[in-house]
Amino acid sequence: MRQQNDMKILVCISNVPDTTTKVTFTDNNTKFNIQGVQFIINPYDELALTRALEITEKSGGTVTTVTVGLSDTEATIRKALAIGAQEAVRINAEPTDAYFVAEQIAHYAKTQNFDLIMTGRESIDYNGGQVCGLLGEMLGMPSVNVITKLEIENGIATMVRDIDGGKETLSSKLPLVVSAQKEFTEPRIPNMRGIMAARTKPLNVIEAATTDKTSATIGFELPPAKGACKMIPADQASQLIDMLHNEAKII
Amino acid sequence: MSILVYAESIDGGFKKSTLEAVRYGSELAKHIGTSCVALSIGNIDDTQLANLATYGADKIVSIKHDKLNQFVAEVFTKLITQIATQEQSTIVVISNTYSGKSVAPRVAAKLKAAIASGVISYPKTENGFVVRRGVFSGKAFAEVNLTTPVKVLAITPNTFDLTENVKPANIIAINADLTDADFMTNPIEISRVTGKIPLTEAEVVVSGGRGLKGPENWGLIEDLASALGAATACSKPVSDMHWRSHDEHVGQTGITIKPNLYIAIGISGAIQHLAGVSSSKIIVAINKDPEAPFFKAADYGIVGDAFEVLPKITEAAQKLKAQSA
Repeated sequence: MRQQNDMKILVCISNVPDTTTKVTFTDNNTKFNIQGVQFIINPYDELALTRALEITEKSGGTVTTVTVGLSDTEATIRKALAIGAQEAVRINAEPTDAYFVAEQIAHYAKTQNFDLIMTGRESIDYNGGQVCGLLGEMLGMPSVNVITKLEIENGIATMVRDIDGGKETLSSKLPLVVSAQKEFTEPRIPNMRGIMAARTKPLNVIEAATTDKTSATIGFELPPAKGACKMIPADQASQLIDMLHNEAKII
Repeated sequence: MSILVYAESIDGGFKKSTLEAVRYGSELAKHIGTSCVALSIGNIDDTQLANLATYGADKIVSIKHDKLNQFVAEVFTKLITQIATQEQSTIVVISNTYSGKSVAPRVAAKLKAAIASGVISYPKTENGFVVRRGVFSGKAFAEVNLTTPVKVLAITPNTFDLTENVKPANIIAINADLTDADFMTNPIEISRVTGKIPLTEAEVVVSGGRGLKGPENWGLIEDLASALGAATACSKPVSDMHWRSHDEHVGQTGITIKPNLYIAIGISGAIQHLAGVSSSKIIVAINKDPEAPFFKAADYGIVGDAFEVLPKITEAAQKLKAQSA
């Protein structure tokens, strides 16, 4: 176990479409249409990054980010550097599924001795929520999902995670993989100095490891359009219950 | 060959989401001509275990152990993969609950299995092994083909029908072969909100937005929720302003839910919010602004002031509840 003032943290950053994106598909509904789409750091990953910076600012250490993606993800990676990560790694491959992404990150992380690996609780595009657990098992580390609190003291992490209908407090030795949930911390907006510094921070591109494919997305579909909304006058609002009971038969 | 279902338990019993997973595993087993094995971990008594047979398990493997009454992801992973190997399972079914989400990817990595989470369909097996899942936080669906010999499916709660069919339970007790080294994490405390329906399991959800003007007015939401036996939820701004806790926030960066009935009050219906609720069977929007985008996504709408409209609806709901009681 390394001294606490020398924590090495890896934050996994996914490049995702902005939350306001109107989702459409091309190529006979097999590809996400990126035309006009603004890409951002996955919001949960951004929380993980911010917390990682808070931890190293308090106790010392370094924050590295890793992204599995092609060169078009570099604007997002630079933003992570502007927020404050010391260095970034891009694994040069199209992220086809969570299993592939986790294998690539695990392959890199095995050579690096990270004390803590952080992800977001899921990416807001593919919503798998799998990379944290996959990495834990692939690296032989514990993994704790969907956490809202993380404190590290004397090599022990104490966390609060969401569970169905409540919360669980738990602890773990390092090294450890965690995934960040909302309320983890407040995201940081990069300042001008950060943006300037990000230009010269190292962004190392490494080639992808050869792995077997486990899955393939073969097509997308948009939800069926809703029929017309049935309007109820405000002064007859109580009719709503009658309609839900007798017409929609839902209550 | 078999299909293995991890039967998650809480406080000595099984939740609806677990029974749904067992039913899913059993239907799938029938379809592909194999048997469905349910695995229970922790001290669950035989009457509870027999429930798993009622929902379709042909065999119930029960691992009782005092240290397994609380979920520990890495230990449960070890046990699930052990049983999957013993039972020569080609498909492992896990409900996509919080604990399910932490164990499913670990199980997949250990079995070198493809994983699909948030699954909302039975697999199509005519040409590969294709399942449907929600993507873009409810804005779209994807069809995913899993190509490994063993597969892990984390299925979305409140998606698949539950049918009961009482049959004799075939329960097999197995001892856990565990050492202290297997426990890498250490549970300290669990706190569950009691007397409240968890949002992810609720069939009816009443949700409030900025139109409620402040946390002090949430009594209006809670009264209607209580009359309808519903869970309460809120929009992102409401959670960001700390009027309500983040675990009530539904939407793209919050929770995605799919209740039978979703009632949105004072929520405009931004695309990020709709993403999290659009799979609800029936949507009701109540908003002062007739141009609110929510009306385009709703089945029923009322243009009106929440403070005037809600008490009337709550009163009608209470009457209905009293009639059916």
